[in-house]
Amino acid sequence: MLLTRIREFFVNAGVLEVETPVLSAAGTTDPAIESFTTTYHGPGPCHGSRLYLHSSPEFPMKRLLAAGAGSIYQICKVFRDGESGRRHNPEYTLLEWYRAGFDHVALMVEVEALLREVLRDLLPLAPARHWTYRELFVEYAGIDPFATSVSEIRQVLQAKGSNAPPGLAEDEFDGWLDLLLTHVIEPALDPGLVFVSEYPASQAALARLLPGEPPVAARFEVYLDGVELANGYHELTDAAEQLRRFERDNTRRGARHLAAIEPDRRLLAAMRSGLPDCAGVALGIDRLLMIAGGVSHIDEVMVFPLGTA
Amino acid sequence: MATYSTNEFRGGLKIMLDGDPCSIIENEFVKPGKGQAFNRVKIRNLKTGRVIERTFKSGESVEGADVMDTSLQYLYSDGEFWHFMDPNSYEQIAADATAVGDATKWLKEQDLCEVTLWNGAPIAVTPPNFVVLAVTDTDPGVRGDTSGGGGKPATLETGAVVRVPLFIEIGDMLRIDTRTGEYVARAKE
Repeated sequence: MLLTRIREFFVNAGVLEVETPVLSAAGTTDPAIESFTTTYHGPGPCHGSRLYLHSSPEFPMKRLLAAGAGSIYQICKVFRDGESGRRHNPEYTLLEWYRAGFDHVALMVEVEALLREVLRDLLPLAPARHWTYRELFVEYAGIDPFATSVSEIRQVLQAKGSNAPPGLAEDEFDGWLDLLLTHVIEPALDPGLVFVSEYPASQAALARLLPGEPPVAARFEVYLDGVELANGYHELTDAAEQLRRFERDNTRRGARHLAAIEPDRRLLAAMRSGLPDCAGVALGIDRLLMIAGGVSHIDEVMVFPLGTA
Repeated sequence: MATYSTNEFRGGLKIMLDGDPCSIIENEFVKPGKGQAFNRVKIRNLKTGRVIERTFKSGESVEGADVMDTSLQYLYSDGEFWHFMDPNSYEQIAADATAVGDATKWLKEQDLCEVTLWNGAPIAVTPPNFVVLAVTDTDPGVRGDTSGGGGKPATLETGAVVRVPLFIEIGDMLRIDTRTGEYVARAKE
């Protein structure tokens, strides 16, 4: 029913449903995501080469956008190694969509409209709360994430009854911010719909940067009842900057003793040929079902979770 | 001793933490979609019984603890140590007051107890869930009152004091739930 409502929403909005490959020659360089890989034994192209199971359909969807597809959406299974828990299963369902001509602010409005429409009789939603990343940290952790230090974060953690995990290096600053986010802020978030935007540039991922002091990423996250539900960007369209980010990701992967991932040259070629101005967002369908159904473990909304797959 | 990665964490796993053997009660994986993964773990310190929460960066490893639960027969106490015996090998082990803890008030000679050994030495004693103990002192019984309403304190042979119904008399054998410290019934004997 949820999927039917989502498809209705996009039909009415004039957004085209697409399918892109689950297996691809290129993987994500994101240092926080480990892809599954497999080997194709031929015949035909990619004979004997390693293929990645996609962790998101982002790159091929951007290639479609560059080819002039206009606004598109996709509902598909995606895969991530090393993720299993109350809110994680290594295989899960993602709704990802791109809106030509939108920025992240316009897309946040649409995300709220979609959730309101899809959840209409399941979970009535009060108007969403909006925070910038900075406001959120000031409100819930009492610190400015753009002007703080690891030692200050340690103090906040201690005051809130959490420890500093051994092995988290002093220079993994985003890791310390993630620690505050997951241990102090997320558990304290108000129920209902919450948008967080303007992330630190170091966490821009594939979002463009907004000028300012300091510059921030045109990225947003959506929380519903304290659960991270979606992540969106006003998409980076600059191919040269995209390549620098891939290289920066690989430097970070190296520091964590993770294998470097070859940047997706087909995506880069598509961006060089011209990715239209657009915003995109990925939303976890299983988590949406969890919240709509009032259950606390992702296994409860999956027919056969990992343990019985 | 083996080391365990956070990916191997599960309820019941015994690990070393701050020099003490601990048992994992609950392991929660938390991770922002685009960020660092953590394991948020509830852990019982097996020496003190205290439950604490600890966070590990996912992928880190910790040292395992050589902890074993064994079923041993309680023999006697010499005041300083409580002596237990393996009913199969007849091997004897002495546990000190710290290890025995609150179990002392339920220990009856010849009962089988669960003794937790760390590197072969006892660190905790769990009495059987139910024990049968004689009443050594209580107010005179009220014959015929089986209502169970009200009740009164009774001292048992091990020194434990439990609340019992009014009809209980000195010399009665009582079945006690050691997990709650409550009277269950009179035992036939």
